[in-house]
Amino acid sequence: MDTVREENVLEVQKLVMTFGGLMALSNLNFQVKKGSIKAIIGPNGAGKTTLFNIITGSFPPTEGTVKFKDRSIQHLKAHKIADRGISRTFQTVELFGNMTVLENVMLGCHTRVRTSFMASGFVLPQSRRKEKRIRESALKILKFIGLTDKFKDSADSLPLGEQKLLEIGRALASEPELICLDEPAAGLNETETHVASSLIKAINAKGITVLLVEHDMKVVMNISDEIVVLNYGQKIAEGPPEDIRNNSRVIEAYLGAEA
Amino acid sequence: MLRITKLPITIFALFIIFFPWIARQIPAIDHYTDIMVFAGIYCLITIGLSLLMGYAGQISLGHAAFYGIGAYVSAILTVRYGLNPWACMCIGVAVTAAVALLVGAPSLKLKGHYLAMATLAFGIIIFIIFNEEIEWTGGPDGMAGIPGLSIFGFELDSVEKYFYLVWGFVLAAFVFTVNVIQSGTGRALRAIHASEPAASAMGVDVSRFKIMIFVYSAVLASLAGSLYAHYLNFVNPSTFDLFFSIKLLIMIALGGMHNIWGAVIGAGLITFLSYEWLHYFEEFDVIVYGAILLLVTIFLPQGLAGVPGIVKDWFRS
Repeated sequence: MDTVREENVLEVQKLVMTFGGLMALSNLNFQVKKGSIKAIIGPNGAGKTTLFNIITGSFPPTEGTVKFKDRSIQHLKAHKIADRGISRTFQTVELFGNMTVLENVMLGCHTRVRTSFMASGFVLPQSRRKEKRIRESALKILKFIGLTDKFKDSADSLPLGEQKLLEIGRALASEPELICLDEPAAGLNETETHVASSLIKAINAKGITVLLVEHDMKVVMNISDEIVVLNYGQKIAEGPPEDIRNNSRVIEAYLGAEA
Repeated sequence: MLRITKLPITIFALFIIFFPWIARQIPAIDHYTDIMVFAGIYCLITIGLSLLMGYAGQISLGHAAFYGIGAYVSAILTVRYGLNPWACMCIGVAVTAAVALLVGAPSLKLKGHYLAMATLAFGIIIFIIFNEEIEWTGGPDGMAGIPGLSIFGFELDSVEKYFYLVWGFVLAAFVFTVNVIQSGTGRALRAIHASEPAASAMGVDVSRFKIMIFVYSAVLASLAGSLYAHYLNFVNPSTFDLFFSIKLLIMIALGGMHNIWGAVIGAGLITFLSYEWLHYFEEFDVIVYGAILLLVTIFLPQGLAGVPGIVKDWFRS
């Protein structure tokens, strides 16, 4: 069992990203162990979201590789990466506001169950069966995230806390091996933050690897197994929460040199 | 946003079934059946086009060209080669689909309204070809003598028979499209409309879906073109000019692009306006179209198909 737990699900190697003259990421290396929760922290503009966007295929890196289960994915488009088993949420909630809560989660099943254009146009029995299966598994996820009784509401109408949960639910629907959460607790009050943290732990308990970017240090210190600290696109520290808490370079980056 | 129920479709189907009979009873409108054939032909195009505009969020200024390709493939192959009209219709569909793929794929892989530009240029090129390739198309004079259609030896030799054929096609296209919208494909399309980054992060191949819808809409336009050619027994290039592409967009804007009923209502209304009710204005009908479009976009951004919703909200409050 030990060898399996040590296996890296994601490996970022010598990653460089430049926007014009700006170096957003420089020579970044880190690994994410299978079944772990890894957090990426750092001051604003440290390159956290850029890193997320590269991993999930929004744009390719300038240099370097991203390996998912030992295969390079940095050249793949977002939808291909989703097919491989990486799912994500967004910093600013990107739900399908024009769709219901249930439909949002059902769309998340897109990578697993697909119906062809023709099959859906002619309503072949096969497409009906698939639709039923998608619905059932979406309902299961709604139960897991605790939004069952809101399944008919439009996604727009939910309060922010529930929208964040729904986004996580949608990401789960694709049954990913790695889920990337971009600031899951941003803008949430204390109760909502608590709900979100326990949900992340529950997801991890299912065997899904979690990579998250988060500003709320309480959440980060509470749930993560390992933390990577970025500053100006460079990794300045990496390790378990207790090491990071006392790391002088990290304190310096957050509070300035005097501290 | 979209819930197509069975009841309106049934009412719509009954209306179509009894329309020719009703028109026959009232001498003043007995030629309406003929106009309805054209309305049906346009409807076939707008159903696909509204899917493209309302769901894929793309504008095509070249659907007159796909309509024309269908019509000319049918015309040329039946008149010059004597092929079976139904076979020609299928060949027309295949040719149009291939051309649409060629025009649409590069521009739909880009973000933004490149499709509108590409199809604008494409429409003009096709229009020039229809005019200049006189050997094939007959040039500006057009082509006459296109045979009518028959089904298993049963000659479609009256307006009413064509009426049922064309509206049968419309109904089939309508139901097919509604099924697509209400399936996983439609869900993916709505997701693309709401947020492209989120849709692709969930595994939706955004450009593939857009290309698919574009090709589908072009295929419907091609079918409409073939039906047009066989109904009129004559085609000439001016039917397929840029203004017709724009007229199709007016139909959709008037009816409402976020609802498939809008395509039906818009096509029907504009056809009757231009063939019948606006005759009085002669060349000035363009101004009336402009005024209608202006009023609809200001006061009814959802189009006429949005009126029931507005009325319902008004009663509730």
